[in-house]
Amino acid sequence: MSKSHLELTNVQMAFDTKDGPFVALENVDLKIRKGEFLSLIGHSGCGKSTVLNIVAGLLQATRGGCVLDGHEVNTPGPERAVVFQNHSLMPWLTVYENVELAVQQVFKKSMSKKERREWILHNLKLVNMDHALDKRLGEISGGMAQRVGIARALAMKPSVLLMDEPFGALDALTRAHLQDSLMKIQQDLNSTVIMITHDVDEAVLLSDRIVMMTNGPAATIGEELHIDLPRPRNRVTLADHPEYVRYRQAVLSFLYEKQRFPGKEENEQEKQTADAEVPVQEDNSPEVVNKSEESPVRRIA
Amino acid sequence: MTTLSHTDSLSQGQRWLRALTEKLSGRSLAETGRQLLLPTIGIALFLGFWHLAAPQVQTSLGAFPGPAQVLEQTGQLWQEHSNQRDRAAQFVTMQEQRNERILAENPDAEVKIRDYPGAPTFIDQIFTSLGTVLAGFVLATIIAVPLGIIIGLNRHFSAAVNPLIQIFKPVSPLAWLPLVTMVVSATYVSDDPMFEKSFLTSMITVTLCSLWPTLINTSVGVSAVNPDLLNVSKVLRLSFWTHVRKVVLPSSVPMIFTGLRVSLGIAWMVLIAAEMLAQSPGLGKFVWDEFQNGSSESLSRIMVAVLAIGFIGFLLDRIMLVIQKKVAWNE
Repeated sequence: MSKSHLELTNVQMAFDTKDGPFVALENVDLKIRKGEFLSLIGHSGCGKSTVLNIVAGLLQATRGGCVLDGHEVNTPGPERAVVFQNHSLMPWLTVYENVELAVQQVFKKSMSKKERREWILHNLKLVNMDHALDKRLGEISGGMAQRVGIARALAMKPSVLLMDEPFGALDALTRAHLQDSLMKIQQDLNSTVIMITHDVDEAVLLSDRIVMMTNGPAATIGEELHIDLPRPRNRVTLADHPEYVRYRQAVLSFLYEKQRFPGKEENEQEKQTADAEVPVQEDNSPEVVNKSEESPVRRIA
Repeated sequence: MTTLSHTDSLSQGQRWLRALTEKLSGRSLAETGRQLLLPTIGIALFLGFWHLAAPQVQTSLGAFPGPAQVLEQTGQLWQEHSNQRDRAAQFVTMQEQRNERILAENPDAEVKIRDYPGAPTFIDQIFTSLGTVLAGFVLATIIAVPLGIIIGLNRHFSAAVNPLIQIFKPVSPLAWLPLVTMVVSATYVSDDPMFEKSFLTSMITVTLCSLWPTLINTSVGVSAVNPDLLNVSKVLRLSFWTHVRKVVLPSSVPMIFTGLRVSLGIAWMVLIAAEMLAQSPGLGKFVWDEFQNGSSESLSRIMVAVLAIGFIGFLLDRIMLVIQKKVAWNE
C-alpha cells in the first residue's frame, strides 16, 4: 500500500448554535489510498455529510484538516467533484449543457472545442445518457438525472469522487442499475471514491472499505471493515456468498446493536427506531435486484 | 361506416360530421360554453347596468355617457384620426409638388419637407403613451435587475438597502412628479434637446414608481437559488461573473419575470397620472384636455380613453406573459 492519497487528521467540526457550540465531529482520522472505494455509513445525523463536505472544501474543519496529494484542502474545487443526493443539475440547461458547464470550466485551456465536445459525449456515454443530450431536467427521470450528475462529476477528472447518498432518492431497480454502472466505471478509471450511504448492501457490494460512524454529537469513526471480495462483483452470485453475508452482518450489527440507542432524548430514540426499519426493506432488495439482472439490456455493460 | 365502398367525399363529410358532433357533445361543449358563456354574461350585465344607470347621473356637462355614446365617440375619434392622416398626407404631397416645381426651375435649390403641424389625435396619443411607458419600464428594468441581483447576493448590502426600499416603494407618482419636473428642468439644459422635457419627466416618474416590484422580486429570486446549485458552482470554482450568468440569473428568471409583469402594470397606471400632471403628450394629456375642454362629448371621449387604457394594460400584461413563457425554463 502506497502513501495515502487523501488524509483526514484529527478533524473536529463544531457548529455555532444559540446554545453554544455544537460538536458534530470529533477526532476523525482517515487515510485513503488511490483507487480505493470507501463507504461512510452511519445513522442519520451522525456527521457523514459533514465529513464529505470537509473533504469537498464546502465546510472548514474547526480543528485538524484534510490533505489531498500533499496539499491542504481549504476551498472547493473540481479535483474533488461531488455527486449530490438530488443530482443538482441546472434545470434550465440540457443534459449536454450541464456537463458542458463543468467541462468548459475545468478544461477551458487544456482542451480544444472539439476535444471538449468529445469528452462531454464520452462521459455521457459512460453513464448511458448519450441518447438524451438535448433533454432538460423536466423530461428525464430521477435515475437519468443522477446519471447525468455522475457524468458531470466524472467529466471533471476528479482525483477523488465524493458521493453524498447518490442513489438514496431512487427506486430499488434504478439504484441497482446505477450501482452496477458505478462499479464498472470505478474499476475502469481506478478512481478514488468516497460514498455516503444508508444502504448496507450497497456499501458491501461497492466498497473496498466501509467506515462506520458512531452516533453524534461528537461522532467519530467507530469501526472499519475491509471488504476483500474479488472484483468484478456480481450482486446475484454474491448474495449467498458466505463472506458477503458475514460482512453484511458485521455492518448491521454495528448499526443496530452497538449504535442503536445513542441519544438520551426520547425523540432521538424514535428517530433511531425509524431508521432501524430500513434493513427490513433492504433484506428484500437482493430479490428485487435479481430481476434487473435478468434483463441485461438495461444494464450498463 | 359499415361498407368500404364509400366515396371519399362522403367519408370526409362523415368525418366532418363526427368531428362536429364530438365538438358539440358532452364535455368539450360544456367546457367551451363555460369558458365563453360566463364572461359574456358578465360583460352583458355590466353593459346593461351601465346603460340604465348612466342617464341617472347628471353632471354639468350633461348626463353621464352610456355605452351607446361611448361607442359613437369611438367611431368619431377614429374618424378624426383618419381625417387627420389624410390631411397630413395631402400636406406632404403638396410640399412635394411644390418642391418639384422649384427644382424644375432651379436644380440647385435646397428643398425640405416640413412635418404636418396638426394636433395629435387620440390614436397618436396612444402610441406616444406606449413609447413613454416602454422607455420608463426599460429604464426601470435596467436599474432594478442588476441592483436586485446585488441585493440578493450580498446579505450585508441587502440589510443596508432594505429600509430604503420599504420607504420609497409606497410613494405615489404624484408626489415624485413636482420634484422630477424641477430636477429635469434644472439639469437637462440643451439647445438641441433629443427628448422633450415633459417626456423625460413622465418617463422618470414611471421609472421611479415601477422599479420596486422588479427590484424586490429579483433580490428574492437571487437569494433563493437552490443551495445545491450554489455548491456545484463552488465546486466548479466558477468566477463571479460566470456564477451570476450561468447559475444565479437563469435560476431567478421566473421570479424576475413575475416582478417585471407587476412593474409593467404599475408603470402603465402611473404613466396616465404623470401625463395628466406633467402635460406631456399621451393618453393622460388627452383625458386632461377633454376635461378642460368641457364639451357635451367630453365625458364620452374620456370614457373611450378609460376603456382604451384598460385594454392596453391588459394587452401589455399578455405580451409579458408570452415573453415569460418563451424565456423562463419552468414554463
